[in-house]
Amino acid sequence: MKFDNIIIGGGLSGLTCGIKLAEQGRKCAIVSSGQSAIHFFSGSFDLLGQVNGEEVSHPIEAIKNLADTHPYQRVGIENIGRLAEEAPQLLNRAGLKFCGKADQNHFVLTPMGVMKPSWLTLDDFTCFDQKHSFPWKKVLILNFSGFLDFHTLFVKDGLKKFEVDSQIKNIAMKAFEAIRKNPSEMRSTNIAKVFDKGDVLDEFVKKANLLSEGFEVIILPSVFGLFNKKVVDELKAKVNKPVVLVPAIPPSVPGIRSQMLLSRRFQELGGTFFMGDNVEEGYFENNRLMDIRTNNHGDIKLEADAFILASGSFYSKGIVATHDKLYEPIFGLDIDGDTDRSQWLDEKFFKDQPYMHFGVKADSNFRALMKGQAIENLYVAGSVLGGANALKEGSGAGISLLTSLHVVEQILK
Amino acid sequence: MMKKEIFEPFNISDNNFEQCVKCTICTVYCPVLEVNPDYPGPKQSGPDGERLRLKDPGFYDEALKLCLNCKRCEVACPHGVKIGDIIQMARIKHSKKKPKFRDMILANTDIVGSMASTFAPLVNPMVALKPVRRIMDGVLKIDHHRIFPKYAGMRFETWYRRYAAKKQMDFKKHVSYFHGCYVNYNFPQQGKDLIKIMNAAGYGVHLLEKEKCCGVALISNGLIKQATKQARHNVEAFKKSIIDKKMPVISTSSTCIFTIRDEYPHLLGVENNEIRDESELATRFLFRLVDSGKLKLVFKKNYKKRIAYHTPCHMEKLGWSIYSTSLLRMIPGVDFVSLESRCCGIAGTYGFKKENYETSQGVGKPLFDQIDSSDVDFVATDCETCKWQIEMSTSRSVQHPISILAEALDVEATMKLWQNESAEISL
Repeated sequence: MKFDNIIIGGGLSGLTCGIKLAEQGRKCAIVSSGQSAIHFFSGSFDLLGQVNGEEVSHPIEAIKNLADTHPYQRVGIENIGRLAEEAPQLLNRAGLKFCGKADQNHFVLTPMGVMKPSWLTLDDFTCFDQKHSFPWKKVLILNFSGFLDFHTLFVKDGLKKFEVDSQIKNIAMKAFEAIRKNPSEMRSTNIAKVFDKGDVLDEFVKKANLLSEGFEVIILPSVFGLFNKKVVDELKAKVNKPVVLVPAIPPSVPGIRSQMLLSRRFQELGGTFFMGDNVEEGYFENNRLMDIRTNNHGDIKLEADAFILASGSFYSKGIVATHDKLYEPIFGLDIDGDTDRSQWLDEKFFKDQPYMHFGVKADSNFRALMKGQAIENLYVAGSVLGGANALKEGSGAGISLLTSLHVVEQILK
Repeated sequence: MMKKEIFEPFNISDNNFEQCVKCTICTVYCPVLEVNPDYPGPKQSGPDGERLRLKDPGFYDEALKLCLNCKRCEVACPHGVKIGDIIQMARIKHSKKKPKFRDMILANTDIVGSMASTFAPLVNPMVALKPVRRIMDGVLKIDHHRIFPKYAGMRFETWYRRYAAKKQMDFKKHVSYFHGCYVNYNFPQQGKDLIKIMNAAGYGVHLLEKEKCCGVALISNGLIKQATKQARHNVEAFKKSIIDKKMPVISTSSTCIFTIRDEYPHLLGVENNEIRDESELATRFLFRLVDSGKLKLVFKKNYKKRIAYHTPCHMEKLGWSIYSTSLLRMIPGVDFVSLESRCCGIAGTYGFKKENYETSQGVGKPLFDQIDSSDVDFVATDCETCKWQIEMSTSRSVQHPISILAEALDVEATMKLWQNESAEISL
């Protein structure tokens, strides 16, 4: 089966590559071993939140202070600004709307009740300008009876620092009794599905309005609009106070909606999405990847002129560590990481863990290395690249989006 | 070439659930959980429940029978956990519920089929009668909304032996055809369509040495001994074709072929290594020929249809709908509509049971709505039970991709292409 480009990995990075290539008329396929980490999406994409332990206000400026090996530096300071403009436009064409800019971080209220710097925040959520203040003084934190994935006390405790007087209340409704019967299935997605069906929002709004008398704002878990974004807009329009949504424990409702919109955009552009399939091996000739063999398609190989490896980091098994080895599990590409296991970890848990920087080795054009040789048509994008501690820096989504856009530019050259 | 063996995932025990990271993604894609909260969901029923059941089988929950075995949880799982298999194995190992008389009737598609097709002129009008459906509903608990597929007067096998067998020897290349119960007892035309296409492509089509029902309905109704026996029989029959006669086996039923390739080893412990790679769907076989330039299909100029393709759950799991849709898209006069892949809710015999009717229709509703608003001439799909469900629940009829190809194909022009070529080669 022949494509122009094949992308291995269907997460934020793979979909960004796929959409941009398909927008340029390339015949693309994405092979994904299952659903992606977008299902854990907090609602905000971060570009850069912290460098050397210092909080970042102006990410584009701060990128200059990163190490030369950092993916942003390798994309090039001269490219970052332009690509950071392009990313939200691409997402926007898929139907995702954001607030936020690359040259100045804004803040979002986290489920831990703290203000965290961010780059792009989905319009379900609220962007704040200030880190150390909260615009309201009397706050109602509203949860669903029996919903364990929203930790209201954390939010309440966090808000105390802003001298905010907040109170926690629960809403019980008949419509949720059925899903409450099974405590392990009272999840945000199941609550969202009930709202999606369309007839309980009004009852909910009525109760919320009643309970919020005397308060200035309502904080709610983000459990609205799984298949139907209108539910969020309607909620905000009908509740007579401002509504601040806060992410709940995954699976993330806005995350799954984003995933669906992105993969729909990719498919509408003519892309083929192979979901639930695994790449088993590749056939290389003269430093080129000729085709790949997948579990589902067996002897019917998938061919392409160029391939992108966007298979994620440890969590998505883009790279794997066992007791004695560190490897890239699809092709056995070179790994940028220590071979000595004792160097993988810092005993102090909250330190910058060395293993977080591990990834697949790539040359200056982001082409993967195998036994020291660059594979001419196999590019690497997203968190499988390594070179950054995305968790510490708050840079995960930015690296995924910007390295993907950059790699696609290399392919289109 | 990289050797894959060195990169097998590390697993601390023989239990595949060790790969589960508790991410809950599977629960989002379970079609049952969405409409029936009595079902504990794939994570709880599968990897989570399995840990408990290993400690004490008393933790087995009969609610696991609500699983459709659609495998959409497995397709969604990013860590390769065989969630559906874990649930089915738990049912096989631990369920105390004996199959009811009704379940045996529904599960024994070939025994019932051979009786019913013998008396087809009697059976068809009878099971269509409202009072009869009421009695089946009351006594057997087969939901009265359900319309049984009509039984054919002459079985496909009989037709084949009488009218088709002889001609198949005229070809140089050969395949065997696993027709399945539906083609044999209910809809021989689909088998005839397959022969038409394969002949046009230059292949003679042969029957296996006595095929038995793949057993999918036996497995889902808990008749495991019988299913295992039939599986062993079929694997032997496949071996005779694939190994002895060098004839690959093709089928037109996505569920039959999925069962034979994957459920035999995973659920029944019946080894199929030697035959698995060469047991596949006809659309995949044809696609490979076209894709590798070994076959060119010529289509009639006057075939014009707007067709929506529905991806059956087992096609989603196999990842093979691309073969059927690619072939359909090759027909110049086809205006192709892709439906969002969703379960139709029937899951073989599941939806026939009175207690599951509501869940079944609830699961299928989003698909039915998509179809009813799609303004197509008809729906295409590779699964016969999806066909019954869609035809009962929407305003559209359903055709198999092979039947569509058979209607759209210019047989003579297609044959001429390879006949000329082989004439050139022999010159």
